[in-house]
Amino acid sequence: MLSRIAESLFWIGRYVERADGTARILDVHLERLNHLPMEEQRSVAQELLAVMGARAQSDDFGLPELLNALAYDKQSATSIAGSLGAARENARRARETVSSGLWESLNTTYYGLNQHRKDVVGTYRFCNWVLERTAMVSGLADTTVSHDESWQFLVLGRSLERADMTARMLSTRDVLSAGMSWVNMLRCAGAYESFLRTRRAAFGDQHAAEFLLLDRLFPRSIVYALRDADECLAKLDPSAQRVGFINDARRIVGQARTFLEFHRTDDLMSELPEHMERVQKAVSQASDAISRKYFNQADELAWVGEVS
Amino acid sequence: MSDLFQEYSEAAGRTGAYDEMFAPGQQARRSYGQVALALRELSLADVSARADSMARTFLDRGVTFDFAGEERPFPLDIVPRVIPADEWSVLERGVAQRVRALEAFLNDVYDKMTVVSDGVIPRQLVTTSAHFHRQVHGFEPAGGVRVHISGIDVVRDAEGTFRVLEDNVRVPSGVSYVLENRRAMAKGLPEAFGQQLIRPVEEYPRRLLSALRKTAPSGVDDPTVVVLTPGVFNSAYFEHTLLAGLMGVELVEGRDLICRGNRVYMRTTAGEQRVDVIYKRIDDEFLDPLQFRADSMLGCPGLVNAARAGGVTIANAVGNGVADDKLVYSYVPDLIRYYLNEEPVIANVDTFRLEEKEAREHVLDRLDELVVKPVDGSGGKGLVIGPDASRDELDALRKRIIADPRGWIAQPVLQLSTVPTLSGDKFGPRHVDLRPFAVNDGEDVWVLPGGLTRVALKEGSLIVNSSQGGGSKDTWVLADSPQVPVEVIPRPTIAVRERVSVWPVESNWRDSQKEQQQQQQISDAQEVTANA
Repeated sequence: MLSRIAESLFWIGRYVERADGTARILDVHLERLNHLPMEEQRSVAQELLAVMGARAQSDDFGLPELLNALAYDKQSATSIAGSLGAARENARRARETVSSGLWESLNTTYYGLNQHRKDVVGTYRFCNWVLERTAMVSGLADTTVSHDESWQFLVLGRSLERADMTARMLSTRDVLSAGMSWVNMLRCAGAYESFLRTRRAAFGDQHAAEFLLLDRLFPRSIVYALRDADECLAKLDPSAQRVGFINDARRIVGQARTFLEFHRTDDLMSELPEHMERVQKAVSQASDAISRKYFNQADELAWVGEVS
Repeated sequence: MSDLFQEYSEAAGRTGAYDEMFAPGQQARRSYGQVALALRELSLADVSARADSMARTFLDRGVTFDFAGEERPFPLDIVPRVIPADEWSVLERGVAQRVRALEAFLNDVYDKMTVVSDGVIPRQLVTTSAHFHRQVHGFEPAGGVRVHISGIDVVRDAEGTFRVLEDNVRVPSGVSYVLENRRAMAKGLPEAFGQQLIRPVEEYPRRLLSALRKTAPSGVDDPTVVVLTPGVFNSAYFEHTLLAGLMGVELVEGRDLICRGNRVYMRTTAGEQRVDVIYKRIDDEFLDPLQFRADSMLGCPGLVNAARAGGVTIANAVGNGVADDKLVYSYVPDLIRYYLNEEPVIANVDTFRLEEKEAREHVLDRLDELVVKPVDGSGGKGLVIGPDASRDELDALRKRIIADPRGWIAQPVLQLSTVPTLSGDKFGPRHVDLRPFAVNDGEDVWVLPGGLTRVALKEGSLIVNSSQGGGSKDTWVLADSPQVPVEVIPRPTIAVRERVSVWPVESNWRDSQKEQQQQQQISDAQEVTANA
């Protein structure tokens, strides 16, 4: 397939997952934020924005600005509206490759972005709606696109972004440590019930973090997402080597995953920020490596004449 | 007829045009019988609800054209344009004939120019055409076809006669709307489809792909076809994606291509892959910076040389624009007689060649009664309709004609035929044209039944271009009258399997529910006794 199209698919995967993750985070934190006194609300809003990867433009950044920055700002790549808009733009460029179902669901989502009230209550509904739409997009991607190379790129983008998003979710805990319970964190990831059924009586921060970070069967855990990404990379480049990996992306993803899986610690909570930093770095490095290997358009447009 | 058609006949009378649906006296023509019947049942609320839902579907599906950087849905009207079988068979023959003549003309123009030496057409006319490209002179394109895809615009004049308005053999667009309109209409006005046979349009992509593959460079067993688009900001980008998608081929941009050793390759995730046939949807001027505009970022350097060496088929061929030239258009009837030895099936619109002194003077005297068009324009650009123009516009036009008589042609104002079109709360007559599409695979010219009917949505307006407030209508070509016996293909009967596999949850669930209720009653009863 065309490199340009592969890149579009990779980014559709990333953007849709980003919208999904941001909606989850916003939904849960909004509840908390709303209860805080004005002053604290402001500083927490700014920190939350920082965790999501953007900087507040002015000091006068409170709840309404946060809503705009994370949900409705179409210009920003960190907001839900911005991500969904970008996903749809990418799909428009790869329209003949993706199924019409996938394209239409993204397109309809894009046109639905404006049909919501932009206050706190409206944002709850908006987040819910986004989760529905992204679930529909992923479902259609899985059921109406052949699981060939194009789908692998889509899933690759999705898995990398998912690892990144879960890392951010876990990082938000620091922001709101004064009361951000592990229950909320698990709810964020939609992992609450799964966690309860697996861990039974083992409640607590440590276990919740462990679950979201290391669980081998929960699809939104970081280890699971990285394993997915690794599998996609392996399928995209099935050449087997006796020693090592020449594929940078595989090396980076594999290293990040195995470090987490094989790391032993008694105090996960204090190491958490460090882990999160490492995961996010690995994701961005892997993404760069994939661009270099598969989407490289850096070759100049040059004419090559007759072959002598 | 419901209130929706109130005042229609008066409005139609005012235009003085031929109405496609009604004969004078508001009698629905035979071909429109079923449509009239279906519309009679509908109230204004029904019609507007359907129109809304059709527009919504278009937006969701992304059936849009790009206008000034904004995606707009292409307005589709709910009343179709219906062409009876006998009229269509004439159009079909006429269009195919024209394509064959233009094909022969282009082959000749880029070769020996016998048409000039035999005195049919002046040499100067060909060589002064803006789209006569010397870069492609003197070679036959791989596959031997130049006009793979064409759109011949025809209109119906006040007498009801079809006439050709212009030929498009460069990059005719609009076929995607033909395909999408039919899909939308099947849902929007299902009642009208029932009793009559409407010829299907969905085979177009298949025909196109097979024609493109057939004209691949010789020696290629399984040719790779691509559609070359200028990119997502082109007004017809939707069409490019739709055609590429329906043909199942890659949609490439110039930057995806690379020429090496007179072969063309595309950059894929698995390295470079050879491309054999390019369905070109960009203008010649932007195709190859080595030959045409050096500042073009849309094309790929080396394509023209590759085509010359026979390493790649470009469809439509580079340089076809000379046949689109509106001054050449005025010679097409002669070309048909010259190359094919036939009489033209569809007549041209009377055209004044402004280079001829007599005609020019005649036209300059009557500018306010005529339509004046630039010879290389498309999309209604630069066109001046005399009766609608102001004094100043006409004076400016007069100066431009005198300065460059080769650049303009003049035609009488045609009252294009009308079809009822929803406007506000009733139907009104609106002018339409028709663009049938033809696909030429080198052996046979196939004409898509129907084509794109464009409609001017403003009352009285004669400009149907989408960029200037035009919409479209689904175009139905009725199949031959059912007197021709249709062979009934025996169908195998379908065996009915009456057993549906289910997990027998239902019965168990009911049982247990009953049991639980009983249990509940018992315990309630016990409680009562205990309390007693």
